[in-house]
Amino acid sequence: MTWSPILLDVIRAVLIFAAVMTLVPFLVLAERRISAWIQNRVGPNRVGPMGTLQPLADVIKLVFKEEIVPARADRVLYSLGPLLSFAPAAIAFAAIPVGRGLQVVDMSVGVLFVITATSLAVYGISFGGWASNNKFSLLGGLRSSAQIISYEIAMGLALISVIMTTGSVSLSQISEGQTSFLCWNIFRQPIAFVIFFTAAFAENNRLPFDLPECESELVGGYHTEYSGMKFGMYFLAEYVAMIVMSAMVVTLFLGAWSPGFALPEGLLGTVISVGVFSFKLFAVLFFYIWVRWTLPRFRYDQLMHLGWKSLVPLAMANIVVTGIVVTIWDAVQ
Amino acid sequence: MECTLRPYLPIAVYGALVLGTGFSLTLASSIFGPRVRRLEKESTYECGSLPLGSSRERFSVKFYLVAILFVLFDIETVFLVPWAVVYRSMGLFGLLEMLAFMGILLLGFVYAWKRGGFDWE
Amino acid sequence: MPDIKTEEMLLNMGPQHPSTHGVFRVVIRTDGEMVLESESHIGYLHRCFEKVAENNTYIQVVPYTDRMDYLCAMANNLGYAQTVEKLMKLEVPERAQYIRVIVTELNRIASHLLAFGTYGMDIGAITPFLYAFRDREMILKIFEKLCGQRLNYSYVRVGGVTFDITEEILADIQRFCDYFEPDTIKEYNELLSYNGIFISRTAKVGVLPADLALSYGVTGPSLRGSGVKRDLRKDEPYSIYDRFEFDIPVGTGEMGALGDCWDRYMVRVLEMTESVKIIRQALADIPAGDFCDKKAFRGVKPPKGEVYHKIEGARGEVGFYIVSDGTTKPYRVKARGPSFCNISVLDALTSRGDCMVADMVAIIGSLDIVMGEVDR
Repeated sequence: MTWSPILLDVIRAVLIFAAVMTLVPFLVLAERRISAWIQNRVGPNRVGPMGTLQPLADVIKLVFKEEIVPARADRVLYSLGPLLSFAPAAIAFAAIPVGRGLQVVDMSVGVLFVITATSLAVYGISFGGWASNNKFSLLGGLRSSAQIISYEIAMGLALISVIMTTGSVSLSQISEGQTSFLCWNIFRQPIAFVIFFTAAFAENNRLPFDLPECESELVGGYHTEYSGMKFGMYFLAEYVAMIVMSAMVVTLFLGAWSPGFALPEGLLGTVISVGVFSFKLFAVLFFYIWVRWTLPRFRYDQLMHLGWKSLVPLAMANIVVTGIVVTIWDAVQ
Repeated sequence: MECTLRPYLPIAVYGALVLGTGFSLTLASSIFGPRVRRLEKESTYECGSLPLGSSRERFSVKFYLVAILFVLFDIETVFLVPWAVVYRSMGLFGLLEMLAFMGILLLGFVYAWKRGGFDWE
Repeated sequence: MPDIKTEEMLLNMGPQHPSTHGVFRVVIRTDGEMVLESESHIGYLHRCFEKVAENNTYIQVVPYTDRMDYLCAMANNLGYAQTVEKLMKLEVPERAQYIRVIVTELNRIASHLLAFGTYGMDIGAITPFLYAFRDREMILKIFEKLCGQRLNYSYVRVGGVTFDITEEILADIQRFCDYFEPDTIKEYNELLSYNGIFISRTAKVGVLPADLALSYGVTGPSLRGSGVKRDLRKDEPYSIYDRFEFDIPVGTGEMGALGDCWDRYMVRVLEMTESVKIIRQALADIPAGDFCDKKAFRGVKPPKGEVYHKIEGARGEVGFYIVSDGTTKPYRVKARGPSFCNISVLDALTSRGDCMVADMVAIIGSLDIVMGEVDR
């Protein structure tokens, strides 16, 4: 046994984690700057050049804030909530190939791992909502649980048709399969793409599906009682989950790290693939932000109806159609 | 030993990093933040009024219903995954099997729909 | 599944809540997401306007009227000033009448812009709010130029207006009108009014039938949203409103039900266009001359008597009932605030069992209340 591959693995894990954690503050800043741009405002531009240090200032502020635990709250679950929200989302990123052959671990069941990990986030939110001993939090937590699990079904069913086309649940294999432009799954599975992307918005509690924390009726939703860095953790978790979901969208549908044609072998190709992946990731994230600052929010029953009565039947129909088309295609070939 | 656990080393490192960050951030505010306890401050927020009743009541059964439906349909989805992976090698048999499975699933779905399982009114 | 019973939950919405539009408290009884019953509580902002008015001279009362409906202070000023003038049988100079119409209509636009923006925010769209504030800012700048104030103007006074309007300000107003209508309103409609999610949130929600509205004394856009064509500017013209051409938009039930939240919302958007129409006409024929009755400015001492006068504010009928005992201080001032009457219908709208927690917010927003005026 030699040490160098182990060291390489460790370095890779540390690097990818560092990359995700660095991306979050910039995403927060991007969100604020882009929203300001959409809304004819200036946005944060005082801390550091162009406001680039604003997220850092925010974190420092949050860390030095007093932490208030409401009376009669369940202290253990109250502290566990933010952690349970953050950790699964961050761990999910381990399975995503951020470049050719560049991922923390190449799991043969990558898709399932990511879906499992992201769906664990519901515990963080419902624990936090319940433990706060606050009715707004409780309602937010319940809503969130119901919303996330409902859209998970649509998401899972949409994935089935993708898996049928690619014949693999390994994210690296799915990425390899999309090297040429026309093989991108968005062209092979456009309906699955729409369903998955919509469900991704709901999973991440982003507008127009941000009902768990919608401030107009539930004040702050599940994090109403949270302050200090515990609130910050929920905030962080939301953005990490957003990055993971965007990365999933890119990997599954938008050709992963492939620019649409074969890359050169060796280090150069890997570097280019990381660049391409990042570009696509930012494009999807920009879309997230753009939607958030444009659309109003659904009502709870409308959200459930959209999930159960539109997306789930559509995804089921998509599986059947995919099945028939794939069988005929394979028979003809 | 080495062979079986070796591929999971990176994710163990990664997981340790995530959990380490998570724990330290969770504790950060309670270490660095001030702590001035006061009754009003720690009372539950309910828009400035005294909370009406407890929030630890049994909540609406509709949420429970969604959870039950989720369990049912998510298990179906999990069943579909292995089938979907090997679908192409199964040929026509796979298609017919899928149609039968989806038919049954659809039946249950229509039943839940007709019974008003997805309604909130 | 109506046969399953579950625990009901009592929930305070307000007084410190982001979408009750001020310190307003509703206690709602909910079953999950459904609101079974609601009960409004008001009075958190009570400032004894009527009692204060009895201890001040007629002129000193004007600033207190600002603070009732602070989003449309000009209309309150106008209502009070006209009531006192009616009591004194005082004729206001022609130019002052025109200025009053212009500023009141501008203020109506500013108020409806705020209603538009905050309503978007209640539904979850944050961007329209900032767009509305961008345009409201232009109006506030004009007012600042005009009277040095941005919110509590005290500009319309007994006998006329405080300062004369200059050519520069008139040009500003003209520029604002050209900018605002039709392009900006069209932008608003594209951004929010005809957005699919917005329609699904507001259409067929909080349906207020005309007879219910009338029995609760609902006035203004909330009443017109139910299809009742009642506008004091047309029905009982005061000031010089009979000289202008404008329409009264009413709810049409375009999105499903007559008198739903969308109708009430849309009436406000359409009214902004009509206000611009009035302002344009007034700008075209504003005469030269005095802007106030100098004598009334030095002191007001109406003869013994009592009078009621009402005008159309941004939220409905603003009425003042004044009893004079012949001194410089009013013996009694009673204000009829539109928000106060409009909010009374809230419990009837939300206790029918078809309202969800999110609809609560949509309905409160669509009634467009100002707590400063509800509590006075």
